[in-house]
Amino acid sequence: MTTLRHAAAIARKDLRSEFRTKESINSTLSFSVVILLLFSFAFDPSPDMIVEFGGGLLWMVFAFAGALIVNRSFARELPNDCIDVLVSSPASGASLFLGKAVAAFVLLFGIECICLPVFGIFYNITWWRSLGGLMGVLALGTWALACAGTFFSALTMNLRLRELMLPMLLYPMLIPALLSAMMLTNTLLTGQPIPSDFTVWLRILIGFNIMFTTLSLYLAETILVR
Amino acid sequence: MRTKLILALGAVAGPLLLRNLYVIMFGVPDEMEQGPIYRIFYYHLPAFLTAAACYFGALVASVLYLAKKDQKYDAFAVSATETGLAFAAVNLITGMIWGRIIWGIWWAWDPRLTWALICWLVYFGYLMLRTAIDDPTERAKNSAVLSVFASASVAVTWKAIEWWRTQHPGPVLSIRTGGVQKIDPMMENMIYMNTLALLLLAAIFVLVRLRQEEVQREIDGLRRYAHAMN
Repeated sequence: MTTLRHAAAIARKDLRSEFRTKESINSTLSFSVVILLLFSFAFDPSPDMIVEFGGGLLWMVFAFAGALIVNRSFARELPNDCIDVLVSSPASGASLFLGKAVAAFVLLFGIECICLPVFGIFYNITWWRSLGGLMGVLALGTWALACAGTFFSALTMNLRLRELMLPMLLYPMLIPALLSAMMLTNTLLTGQPIPSDFTVWLRILIGFNIMFTTLSLYLAETILVR
Repeated sequence: MRTKLILALGAVAGPLLLRNLYVIMFGVPDEMEQGPIYRIFYYHLPAFLTAAACYFGALVASVLYLAKKDQKYDAFAVSATETGLAFAAVNLITGMIWGRIIWGIWWAWDPRLTWALICWLVYFGYLMLRTAIDDPTERAKNSAVLSVFASASVAVTWKAIEWWRTQHPGPVLSIRTGGVQKIDPMMENMIYMNTLALLLLAAIFVLVRLRQEEVQREIDGLRRYAHAMN
């Protein structure tokens, strides 16, 4: 219970700090829209094509946006040595990680919810036909991004070339989650429910989340304590 | 002691590799459908098995480092990972050459190929992470954690892409097919023999790399000492 209370306090702090400055939100949102725009120039997709690879396109945008959000998770604690104060506070490494992952999840999910209508307008697609399922897949995929991303943000926060190292380490690890989310989103964009032979992707996505969340919570203290 | 072990391993691995090369080239018959190019398989699969053994060794060493905080485990983990990456590269390159001849293309987004490439990239990231951290304790800790994550991710990716589009030939070894003999026993024995030879070679590489790593750490320690004295 104490861990969850501490995690909630950390998440509130991060979100309040972000909503005051809006530096991550504004840059990530504009970056996502620019990427959506660039993809439309690059592929010039027809309506049939976009149903086929819309899920992949969306998750590429979310993965790029996610790296920007999680990169700031721990980096924002480096000026004035705030990270040392956080680590020496009564909050455990696990609660510190959990709070930051939740804050990254909320921010990223919010940005995705804004990007979806933009995607619908730019690519002329009715994405809301399986809204419940789509939101569920978005939530699961976003947690995978936020959880693994926040952990790797902690791992790379003191490195030279941090901005380069984070995506280099994160994206290959995220492939199972991204692949599953893309497959499921592609199906849901057609307006059909998830077919029975596609539940395996759902299981992979859930399994990935369980495994990475458990490992991250277990190893967060090791990474954060110097 | 270690030098003697390296020499002993070399004395076994060298002749075994030469003997295997001779048998692969002149002893075993051509495969019925593929012709002589199938011989690359005697290096392709053993290289994969050797790389997998190295990655597993790196995982065990990383977990031991996290538990005991002893730098020798970190040195072993990096040596095993580097060796594993070299054998994984052999596996990828020989697979690509085979694919070019049989499929007519260098690369197909097939589950096994994709998994092998992802695996290579994940462990290459491990080496890149190490180069970006100066403090030895910090480097050992972060690398050990990344190695644990890499193993987990690689396991999940393996399952994930199994359901993806496939083109790669299925398992042929009787230990993977539940005892069903899919290839000639002579060919299967040759695969095991070359796996043994490559494992011995990998052990030599790990031991040599381990010595380099230990010497490097000693030099770094002396450099820090000299710096502190000034």
